[in-house]
Amino acid sequence: MPQPKPTTNIGPSSPVPNSSGPSSPPTPLPTGSGPGFPRSRRSLGLPGWNTGKRLIQPLILLGPAGLWLVVLLLLPTLLLLELSLIPGFRLGQPPGAYGLGNYVTLLDPLYLTVMGRSLTYALGTTALCLVLGFPVAYWIAILAPQRWRSLLLLGFILPLWTSSLLRAYAWITILRPSGVLNSILAGLHLPGQAWLNNTPAIFIGMTYSFLPYMVLILYASLEKLDRRMLEAAADLGAQPHQTFWKVTLPQSLPGIAAGSLLVFISALGDFVVPDLLGGSSSMTLSRLVYQQFLGATRNWGLGSSLSLLLIGAVGLAIALLLKWGNRDSDGSLL
Amino acid sequence: MRLPLRWQSSLTLILFLFMYFPIAVLGLYSFNASRYSSIWEGFSLRWYQQLLGDGRIFSALGTSLAVASLAVAISAVLGTLMAVGLAKYRFPGKGLYQGIAYLPLIVPDIAIAVATLVFLSAIGRTYFGIQLSLWTIIAAHIVFCLAYIALVVSSRLAGLNPHLEEAALDLGATPRQAFIQVLLPELLPGIVAGCLLAFVLSMDDLLISSFTAGNGANTLPMEIYSRVRTGMKPDINALSVLLILGSGMLAFVAEFWRAGGDSSGSLRSNRAQSK
Repeated sequence: MPQPKPTTNIGPSSPVPNSSGPSSPPTPLPTGSGPGFPRSRRSLGLPGWNTGKRLIQPLILLGPAGLWLVVLLLLPTLLLLELSLIPGFRLGQPPGAYGLGNYVTLLDPLYLTVMGRSLTYALGTTALCLVLGFPVAYWIAILAPQRWRSLLLLGFILPLWTSSLLRAYAWITILRPSGVLNSILAGLHLPGQAWLNNTPAIFIGMTYSFLPYMVLILYASLEKLDRRMLEAAADLGAQPHQTFWKVTLPQSLPGIAAGSLLVFISALGDFVVPDLLGGSSSMTLSRLVYQQFLGATRNWGLGSSLSLLLIGAVGLAIALLLKWGNRDSDGSLL
Repeated sequence: MRLPLRWQSSLTLILFLFMYFPIAVLGLYSFNASRYSSIWEGFSLRWYQQLLGDGRIFSALGTSLAVASLAVAISAVLGTLMAVGLAKYRFPGKGLYQGIAYLPLIVPDIAIAVATLVFLSAIGRTYFGIQLSLWTIIAAHIVFCLAYIALVVSSRLAGLNPHLEEAALDLGATPRQAFIQVLLPELLPGIVAGCLLAFVLSMDDLLISSFTAGNGANTLPMEIYSRVRTGMKPDINALSVLLILGSGMLAFVAEFWRAGGDSSGSLRSNRAQSK
């Protein structure tokens, strides 16, 4: 039986390993179980006990990542905020005076239309993912045989691991005028539709991209569902739909909210699907931002204010959810 | 056992088909001899041949692999340290630190990409002489890889016995020994899963790379994007098949690794309960 090696550097709680008897292995430690035992040396908080050393460890752990985040995330975002306050800023030109001109420009009907369209796409995709994803998650989590559940879930979210560009490209192959879908329709003697470069293509592409997220989160929520309550409801004479609306749905509300939020913010900021499947008529906020920086019409000031609008919209969605979540559930959301 | 044959089953089946239909189409058409038509014109390997002779694609793939590997390697270290630090310490401004660290998980890619471009071209070029290149892509990728790895490691940390490391310290290990010999092995599945996730996301990233690459570098998503925008490219079908096979294998390993730990645990507890 290996004995814990006697060490020279034993702290105040050294009696702990010995308290479980001399023959016991060192693994099952009764740490913190004895009354009056200090849980560790760190929690003793000895005043003046090498404070310098105690600052080093947090700095090693949190310093490098913190520095990286300040330089490459915090400062850039603050700079973006500054640029958005310089009307008409373009690279290589002397910056003009500060002003709210960029934000005033956003109120132009042209840009309001783009915002409305982005919002419609995001909300519509969220609704579609919820309506389609809930039955799938419910089936995998509750109705499917238990041993298959993780495999089925894995199977459903596996396409997430493939490139989002290539998935959008696959939909071009399917939806283009002479594509797979219209060929199938022609085979059925049905008229072909102009799917690509149109609103349906965006909804199909985005729903395809974000449905796995929704199913994943709803599954996690439904899996924790208390099945005895479903049985109890059935025993007490509830119809299946009553059980669903009064027992299942209220219990999975946090999952629904979290999944919807995730899909909403992903869809709102998505660039690949609207750009590849939407055509020129469906300009969205993220495509507009792209144009202001890498496209033909370059206006960094306006682009910055559009980016901040996007960040603000995402922040607002999260704040609303947190507020709503805190009121309606136990607040353990997110 | 009554098989659950309900409308949910049919819908689930249809949606499973929906999820795999585009992938099947890519696979099928990568062997289609025809260039433009969606009508099957015979089996052919010409797109694979064309792809294998395509130097641009392979150099872009090399760039992407280099970016993803380096960014993930650095993020693995920074992210793990950060997750441990955040779990261990309370300090003023911790909420702010945490909020900024996990910002890339929620802020749209395009906003982060734009912010990084603005910063690098305004401050970086003026004061530090930084040119947009492979290295700026890597630096920008670390920001979001860090967040994903820290997130996965944190969730692993939350499930660990917090007294394990303290026990090691009490037994006389130095903080470094306790970290490397006790905590790190326990965190390893989380770190590996987080790294795989970050690797796939880095390989998939179009926007942040496009904005931080300048003229110096070309990643695979950038190359695919520029080709796909200008019409149908059958050799992209062939590339898709190869990439999907690659990332599918990676995904399976990752999910298996993650699920393996959980399911074996639940299996053990089930067995213990039945005894």
